Amino acid sequence: MESYVLSNLITSALVAGLALALWGARRSPLWRNAGRELARRRPVALAVVAAYALVAGLDSVAWTDPHHEVAESEAVLLGEPRSAIDRLFPADFQEASYSAPFADHELYGGEALRHPGGHWLGTDIIGRDVLHRTLKGARVALIIGGLTSLIVLPLALLVGVSAGYVGGRVDDVVFFLMSTLASMPSLLLLIALIMVLGVGTVQVCVALGVTGWVGLARLVRAETFKIRELEYVDAARVLGTSELRIVGRHVLPNLMHLVVITFALLFSSLVLSEVVLSWLGIGIEGSWGRMIDQARTELSREPVIWWGITSASVALFSLILAVNQLADAVRDILDPRTVGEES
Amino acid sequence: MSDTVLDVGDLRTSFPSAEGRVDVVDRVSFDVGAGETVALVGESGCGKSMTALSIMRLVPKPGRVEGGSIRVGARDVRTLPVAEMRRVRGGDVSMIFQEPMTSLNPVQRCGRQIVEAIRLHHPESSEEARRRARDLFGEVGIPDAEARLDAYPHQLSGGMRQRVMIAMALASRPKLLIADEPTTALDVTIQAQILELLRTLQREHRMAVLLITHDLGIVNEIADRVLVMYAGRIIEEGGRRDVLARPGHPYTRGLLRSLPGVVERGARLEEIAGVVPRPSEWGAGCRFTNRCPLAFDPCAGTEAPRVEVGARHVAWCHAAARDEGGRS
Amino acid sequence: MIAYVLRRLAYGFATVLGVLAFLFGLFFLYATPEDMARRALGDKAPPQAIEQWIVNHEYHHPLFWNPENPGKTLIVDHYRRMLTFDFGRSDADDVRVTTRLREGVGPSLSLTVPLFFGGLVLSISLALFVATFRETYIDRAGVALCVLAMSVSILLYIIGGQFLIARILKWFPISGYDADPAVIARFLVLPVLVGLAASFGEQVRFYRTVFVEETNRDYVRTARAKGCGDGRVMWHHVLRNAMIPIITRVVLAIPFLFTGSILLESFFAIPGLGSMTVDAIHANDFATLRVMVFLGSVFFIAGQIVTDVCYTLADPRVRLE
Ligand SMILES: Nc1ncnc2c1ncn2[C@@H]1O[C@H](COP(=O)(O)OP(=O)(O)OP(=O)(O)O)[C@@H](O)[C@H]1O
Ligand code: SF4
Ligand SMILES: [Mg+2]
Repeated sequence: MESYVLSNLITSALVAGLALALWGARRSPLWRNAGRELARRRPVALAVVAAYALVAGLDSVAWTDPHHEVAESEAVLLGEPRSAIDRLFPADFQEASYSAPFADHELYGGEALRHPGGHWLGTDIIGRDVLHRTLKGARVALIIGGLTSLIVLPLALLVGVSAGYVGGRVDDVVFFLMSTLASMPSLLLLIALIMVLGVGTVQVCVALGVTGWVGLARLVRAETFKIRELEYVDAARVLGTSELRIVGRHVLPNLMHLVVITFALLFSSLVLSEVVLSWLGIGIEGSWGRMIDQARTELSREPVIWWGITSASVALFSLILAVNQLADAVRDILDPRTVGEES
Repeated sequence: MSDTVLDVGDLRTSFPSAEGRVDVVDRVSFDVGAGETVALVGESGCGKSMTALSIMRLVPKPGRVEGGSIRVGARDVRTLPVAEMRRVRGGDVSMIFQEPMTSLNPVQRCGRQIVEAIRLHHPESSEEARRRARDLFGEVGIPDAEARLDAYPHQLSGGMRQRVMIAMALASRPKLLIADEPTTALDVTIQAQILELLRTLQREHRMAVLLITHDLGIVNEIADRVLVMYAGRIIEEGGRRDVLARPGHPYTRGLLRSLPGVVERGARLEEIAGVVPRPSEWGAGCRFTNRCPLAFDPCAGTEAPRVEVGARHVAWCHAAARDEGGRS
Repeated sequence: MIAYVLRRLAYGFATVLGVLAFLFGLFFLYATPEDMARRALGDKAPPQAIEQWIVNHEYHHPLFWNPENPGKTLIVDHYRRMLTFDFGRSDADDVRVTTRLREGVGPSLSLTVPLFFGGLVLSISLALFVATFRETYIDRAGVALCVLAMSVSILLYIIGGQFLIARILKWFPISGYDADPAVIARFLVLPVLVGLAASFGEQVRFYRTVFVEETNRDYVRTARAKGCGDGRVMWHHVLRNAMIPIITRVVLAIPFLFTGSILLESFFAIPGLGSMTVDAIHANDFATLRVMVFLGSVFFIAGQIVTDVCYTLADPRVRLE
């Protein structure tokens, strides 16, 4: 199967899964209220995140053109799958050089650009449209956050719940494992993992996942301890409900608020970690971190090439800010301990 | 009374809710004279603590005092500058709280907490203050005072901690002591001791006491006057004997009837049929309407009138007004 | 108490052994010595060269079991060396790792210590200030500012700081280092400032949450009721009670002062352990990296034990059993 078909399939599966999760959450009054409250408190942040998700989604659906009658300069792209976002941008770079936003000529080459109206955010050193690259970064960011969470959440839940619910030896082993992992400095561990695993999207996400799951697993373990001692869990056990069912019915639903809060907090830290990794040269291709890293040296050129780094930074900052604000609000809404912090 | 220590008029204190701000203390007026013990009684959540905290200007955010006047001696607490207010707190007016377990700073020795209270109001050397603290401990009946000064709160029993709280409150010989359910968290024998202590201290220092409780037995034992509160409002006020023997408001009557042998300590108030309406359900009329056996036409729609049901004994009730009107 | 500390130490030691096991798995089982040699010498290196490299670095022994000489296996070597702090030579240029560490720790500390204490004082004061005005606009603006500051990548703080302060304003040199104490300050001001900017958001917000949680407690109300002012309540009562979460954070951060700051050091060309780590990454120097991870966790575990002991000092209720 072509890789873009696979990625299209995965995207559809993810979107379907998300829709299903949202639909499931809507049935519980607790989550419905939380959602409404979130929309009331942070409408802008929600809209921003939705916009990024939309861009990332559009960028994840790619297809090839069956019959192409394209200009010669675009011949490079013949037969290449192009996403919906790619199709908004004519691929007209050919050994071109920087042009400033809206400029109609290149800085060092002097040749006029063919893109009507100029490039809104300028081009990079080989004439790629900065806006195009910035938009494509959204997909990478969501992959970093999303794929890693797909590793972290199930792993942390599985380990945390089994340690907390079964207790005894299992708990001892798990606890030891977690303190071992947690005692290694996370950035160093991350670097070591990637150096050993190799550079690549999946490898980076796996490394981020390995360093990221312990925090949540600890929370889950502690919370499971508490839930296990609750009366209705005892009652269920007395009634002969199977242990698995108790976990599914009583334990897991009561852990979901932790999962949601952690996910929100985790997401921004993952994306920010990747920026640092990019600078170390072990990040993910196409990420904003890469753009920032590449554009870093451009600041010392004369004239200053500021648009590349600015676009990537602003795109990164707005997403992280929105996610952080959502995380804050989600924690206020779902975690009773912080009640009274906000009026 | 000529020497009024505390005079509260039309006090309103509000908290935000889903329906906007509600006055959980609604136009409450009363006064406390020097050397007098006034009991403020009512069910849980009726606004007793908020009334007390409003007097101290310690209403927790997001709550706030919306209106009314609070005079301590000649000063209006509501308009006092912050620095002045600090001198009133723990100076003229002291307060002790329900939770002796958590109300003391867990990481400071008891002695140091008392010394702080003393030195905040009197420029004494720390040795002098410590001597005074030891005397105070003796006064509130803490045995082995010297050693207890160096104890951390968690090393003391609940009763001892409440004594420490009382000693702290007495540090600057306040004119008024507000005691918010000082014995609720203690067991019965300790309760008796603490009450006895409060009564003795009150007599010795001619201190006014505003005692908040939901225990009518306590009221019967130490109050001179009684204020009955229901859903944020005062609904009856009078001398202890008058209110307990000839209650003028159906709510007070219900309270007394629901007690087995009229007034015994330990008897709680939550035994009248029906539930207290939530602030969002408060109508324009009497807030007791949904539970009142005497409720009639005007009750739900119009505010209950103030009725003198005896000498210095008042109730706010339509039925009482009708009866009084019919009699005279 | 002593029994507790001993037990704690034993568990800490067990954790160190666990970390070593993990590192062994990562660096010898998953990435084999051959992989390391190939990374160091390049894919096209002749087999003999690779062989030679492996022997030179003493990676040629069997992994677990050596029938001829039971002591000479990679796993035994790994444990023995790490636990005796005999770190051997760098994979990249054969310099003794210990020498590197000794050279690097000074420059690292000269950056991280001012940064750490500056950050601590600054963020605790700011957090106390903001928490004093909780539920007001000052508080809300403060929190919003913190979230804003947290949302900027540290890379941008560095790039922005260098560009603005060093290039445009020319207040301080862009980067560099000098062992001479008279000159050193000029080089350190900018990295310290940038480090403070990058970390204050998260720190202030953390401490604020701690303080706000503390100010909602009953004893604070008691303190107010006896006439304490806002400042007194905050500095005398709340701060002291908030010591426990603060200690946890502070003590656990101290070990990392020694391992330096990877980003700040390499951007500002400070020849500390952080720079050394970055060089190791670029040179595929697994030996150095292994040592850094190991040292980091040893420091961390030691820090944890110290933290537990510190609790008894901060909170009279805590008894270590
Ligand atoms: N922090 C708060 N936020 C919102 N509402 C509050 C808060 N504290 C108190 N209230 C409201 O104020 C009302 C009065 O509370 P208050 O503490 O004065 O009751 P109380 O009479 O002292 O009860 P108790 O006998 O339980 O101490 C409560 O019913 C509650 O609705
Ligand atoms: S006013 Fe009416 S409802 Fe209220 S107590 Fe009197 S009789 Fe009952
Ligand atoms: Mg109360």
